[in-house]
Formats: sequence, C-alpha cells, structure tokens
Amino acid sequence: MAKKILELHELKREFVMGDMTVRALKGLDFEINTGEFVTIMGSSGSGKTTLLNILGCLDKPSDGSYMLDGIDVKSLNRDELAGLRNRKIGFVFQAYNLLPRTSALENVELPLFYNKEVSAEERKERAIKALDAVKLSDRFDHTPSQLSGGQQQRVAIARALVNEPVMILADEATGNLDTRTSYEIMALMQELNAQGKTIVFVTHEPDIAAFSSRTIMLRDGKLQKDSINEKPRSAKEALASLPESDDY
Amino acid sequence: MSILNLLRIAFRALKRNKLRAFLTMLGVIIGVAAVIAMMAIGQGSKQSIQASLSSMGSNMITVMPQSNTPGSVRLAGSSIQTLKLEDIAAIKRLQSDNINGLSPVVSTSGQAIKGGNNWPTSITGISPDYLHIRQLVLLDGIMFSDNDVKKSAKVCLLGKTVIDNLFPDGSNPIGQIIRFKSIPFQVIGTLVPKGQSNFGQDQDDIILAPYTTVQNRITATNYLQSIYASAVSEAASDAATQEITAAVRASHKLLPSQDDDFQVRTQAELISTISSTSSMLTVLLTAIAGISLLIGGIGIMNIMYVSVTERTREIGLRMSIGARGKDILMQFLIEAVMISITGGVLGVVLGVTSAYTISYFLHWPILISQSSIVISFVVCGVTGIFFGYYPAQKASRLDPIEALRYE
Repeated sequence: MAKKILELHELKREFVMGDMTVRALKGLDFEINTGEFVTIMGSSGSGKTTLLNILGCLDKPSDGSYMLDGIDVKSLNRDELAGLRNRKIGFVFQAYNLLPRTSALENVELPLFYNKEVSAEERKERAIKALDAVKLSDRFDHTPSQLSGGQQQRVAIARALVNEPVMILADEATGNLDTRTSYEIMALMQELNAQGKTIVFVTHEPDIAAFSSRTIMLRDGKLQKDSINEKPRSAKEALASLPESDDY
Repeated sequence: MSILNLLRIAFRALKRNKLRAFLTMLGVIIGVAAVIAMMAIGQGSKQSIQASLSSMGSNMITVMPQSNTPGSVRLAGSSIQTLKLEDIAAIKRLQSDNINGLSPVVSTSGQAIKGGNNWPTSITGISPDYLHIRQLVLLDGIMFSDNDVKKSAKVCLLGKTVIDNLFPDGSNPIGQIIRFKSIPFQVIGTLVPKGQSNFGQDQDDIILAPYTTVQNRITATNYLQSIYASAVSEAASDAATQEITAAVRASHKLLPSQDDDFQVRTQAELISTISSTSSMLTVLLTAIAGISLLIGGIGIMNIMYVSVTERTREIGLRMSIGARGKDILMQFLIEAVMISITGGVLGVVLGVTSAYTISYFLHWPILISQSSIVISFVVCGVTGIFFGYYPAQKASRLDPIEALRYE
C-alpha cells in the first residue's frame, strides 16, 4: 500500500484586501500517494497558483489542514517552512530561475548549501549524480547563458532532485519551451516517476496533462474533477512521432 | 550556510560588478586614507613639538620675578629686582632629592668684538649646572668651574652663531680673546648647535660666562633675571616646583596672605599646553576625515539597496529552496562588510603611501600609529555592518512568492 505524501483537508485560502475578502481556495480535499505523477490543471483564476504556493510551503492555508509527509504545515513558522522546503520539496519553475554566471554544478549544489548536514564532498557528489540523472554529465562547467532552454530546465530539475525531496513540484515547467523540448522534459519526468519519484505538475496545457497518471482539475477555487489516467501517454513515443522538421 | 560559502557568494557577487564595487569602495578608501594621513600628520607634528620641547630640557623649572602691584602700579616683570642670590642659597639649603641642578641667570645684551668682526648678541651669566639644565653639550674645550665662578673669571663659552660671526675665517676660537662691552673674555669652550627654538629664537646665538663675572664686571647689579633649576625627572617636577616656591617665599619673607612676587614655570606645563593644541588639531582633522568615511558608508547602503532590488528573484529562489531569512541577511551583510573591509585595506595602503609622500616632498614630520590603522579597520567593519544591515534586512524579509515573480 502506497504511503500518503500529501493530505489536504477542507483547505481554504482567503486574501483580505481592504474591505474585500478574496476566497481563492474554497475547501479542497485530496490526497497524493508516493509514486504518483499528478498534474494540476485549471484556467487562470481557478486557484492553481495559490494551491501551488501552499503545496510548496511558500504560503499557509487560512483554514483546513495540509499535511506534507506527515507534518502539519499550518503550525510552522517562517524558518521551519524554509527547512521543510529544503528537505521535502524540489521546485521546478517556468523561468528556470538559475543563478546567472554560475556553473551548472553549483546551481545544482545550491539547495544543499542550506542543509547543514551535508558536507562539501557529499554536496558535490550528489550534485554530479543529479546532473547524471538529467543527462547533463558533460555540462558541469557551463553557465546558464551557455545552455539551451531545455538544458537549463534540466539543470533546474537536477537542482530539484539533489536534496532527495519527497515530491517534485513543477510550476508550468514546460511553459517556456517548444513542443519537442517540452516532450523531452516530460520524458525525463516520466523516467524519474518510473524510478519512484512523486511529481506534482501544475500546467494549463491538456497536452502535457496526458503524460501524467492522474489529473486534478480546479475551477473557481474548488475541485472540479479528479481523474485517474489509466493509460498515460509515453513522452518518448510522442517524441519519436514528432516530424523531424528541425533537422534541416 | 557556512561562512566560507557566504564569503564565496559575496566575492562572486562583487566580481560580477567590478566597477560598481570599486566605485562603492572608493568612498571608504578615500575616507580611510584621509583618516590615516591626517592622523599621521597630526601626531607627527605633535611628536616633533614634544621632542623639540624636551630638547630644551623637559625637566626644566624656571623661576622668574612677577609684577606684584605695590601701590597699584604694575611693573614689567623684567624690571623687578626681587630675585637675589639669597634665593638660590635658600633653594640649595633644601638639599631636595627632587632637584638636581640649579643656576642663576643674569643676562645683558651688547656687542661682541673680535678683531675686525663684531656681532650684536647677549651674554648670559650662569653657574656650571646650566649646561645640564638646558641640555647643552660642549662641542670642544671645557666648561668653567665653580672656582672660576668664585673668582669672577673672564672666561666664556660660545654658541655657533656667535662663532660664525666673530670667526668668519673658520679659525679655532678656543683660547682666543673676545671682547664683550670692552671686557676681554677668553674662549674656553664651544657648544653643539641646537638650531631654532619652537618660538623662532636662535638658540645658538649665546655667550655663556660665570654669573659673577657678568654681575660684577658688566652689569654691576646684584639681582637675577631668573633662576633655572632641573627636576630629577618629569614626575618629580611638580614636587620640585612646590619646594622651590616655598623656599623662595620664605626667602622673600612673604606672609601667607601675600601673593607670590615671582612665578615658577615648568617645561612640562608648556609641553602639555602645546600638545593639547596640536591634539585638538588632530581631532579636528580626523573628524573631517571621519565625515568622508560616513559618506562612504552611505554609498555602501545605496548600492546594497540596488543590489537587493536587482537580485529579488535570486532571493526568492534561494528562499524557495530552503534559505531562511537569516541566511539571506548574512549573505547581503557579508557582501556589504566585504566592500567596506576591502575598501579599508586599500584605504590604509593609500593613506600610508600618501602620508609618506607628503613627508617626503614637504618634509612634514609624520607618525603612523598602529592604533590609527586598527581603529580604521574597526570603523570600516562597523560601517559595513551598520550601513549594510538595513538593505540586508529588507532582503531577508521579502515574501518568497512575490520575490519569485518579481520582474
């Protein structure tokens, strides 16, 4: 039986702006188990981003509960949240957010700098391993400006992997990439998922959601649909079927 | 995050904006260099004044007549004839352990003549102790003895200025006869030149003779212009001053209700007066230089705010992957301190170099004290922390969500 990684119960998030109260999330209930590949979808204004911030421990729910790997996030302070992000979550952003003029290896090492338990040698070892996992073993010394968009995003994924998180949280991770590179990234995600990584992927593209094993649809701050995708599409096959138009 | 890594991050951030970092440092560099150079010049001049005052005899005590106001008529000190040889005898009778030299001083001006050369100067009548009190050194010949004093011997010692004017051909003055106010004196010794005093007097324009000779053969008076004494040490000079005052008062038969009709001065007083003036100058110069350091600090603060704004997304990223507020605070604080300390090092180098350059070209005395360098460093560190703290705190308090989306 799979272990529960995420448990949301009656999760609400309200923003007070002057006299108005904006209810971004109006009570969400769902669970995610280890090894799942979940996409969270929804149009803009559906509360996707708010949910992502809460799942990523960047924000706290106003009401209800959010348990991450057995820890009640609501009771933690700022520093404890930072520690939780450091150990349990690997972020992948739409804009990569790599440090400029800093080598790929050091970018990947970055989360481990904030983990006192990791020694300098272990840090480097794990960063090399993570870059191997995203097939960038030959680009250690390259700075972001010397890498393509897809390669930059793979460095970012390696950075998300390096602290061995319980979940990878991707925010429109393919949003800045062309179709071919998007599929490459999704193939990588599927591969990591096959190795047992839990992935939560926020997107608005149904095309991308087809690669995941479960899709959660949000609408107006509520859960609209939570469906299991029995036969996820293989990103590798999708890649193979693309016309080789860019080879001339 | 370890200090070493923080230093590396700060170093890299500065390297990325070399020119900007340097311009920011420039404020600190100029401030520190100014502080160091100003203190070097101020302390150097203070030290040289002290040294030259000490060379006049730092333990010297002078007793001079003072105008008391008999019948409301004030008289100039020099015209008062209250100091007598009896006063010397009274001080001598003390046999004080604090006093190790005592000499009367009688002087009069006049023309010194040797053959076809003459020179307007003055003759100073003294006892042999005078050399030691004034820290004068014989260049050649001998000092006259107590016996010469007793006999009112017509012997004298000459300073360099007098020698140069009476013996322009460079012949040896020892043994020669000169005339002062038509009295012949045999030259028995010459003095090592002392140069100008702090007050612009030529200290080598002197003729020294036994005070008895001057009193009996030239001035025909029995009073003294002043009495010079020397204390055994600077520390003993206060005690010696009190003893001398008491002895002279007793000798003058002054009632306790009467004011002194003389004044006793120590060289130490003079030194402290002049030193305090030059200390004040040093403080003033340093304060002005300190203001430029303050401006340097404001420059750091300004550039750190820019840096924080520029790197808002980086801060957001660092926070999202686990940096705590404290980590971000330290990162920016160390960057600020690195600017100020590097500026401090360069400033010390520039300050020391310019102090030496000034002393080389202008021949001003300088003194670079270790304390001024240490103080500059400490002030730099404090400046960096003080002016770097607010920008760093601003960075550490950013909301990671907003910081990540910052354009």
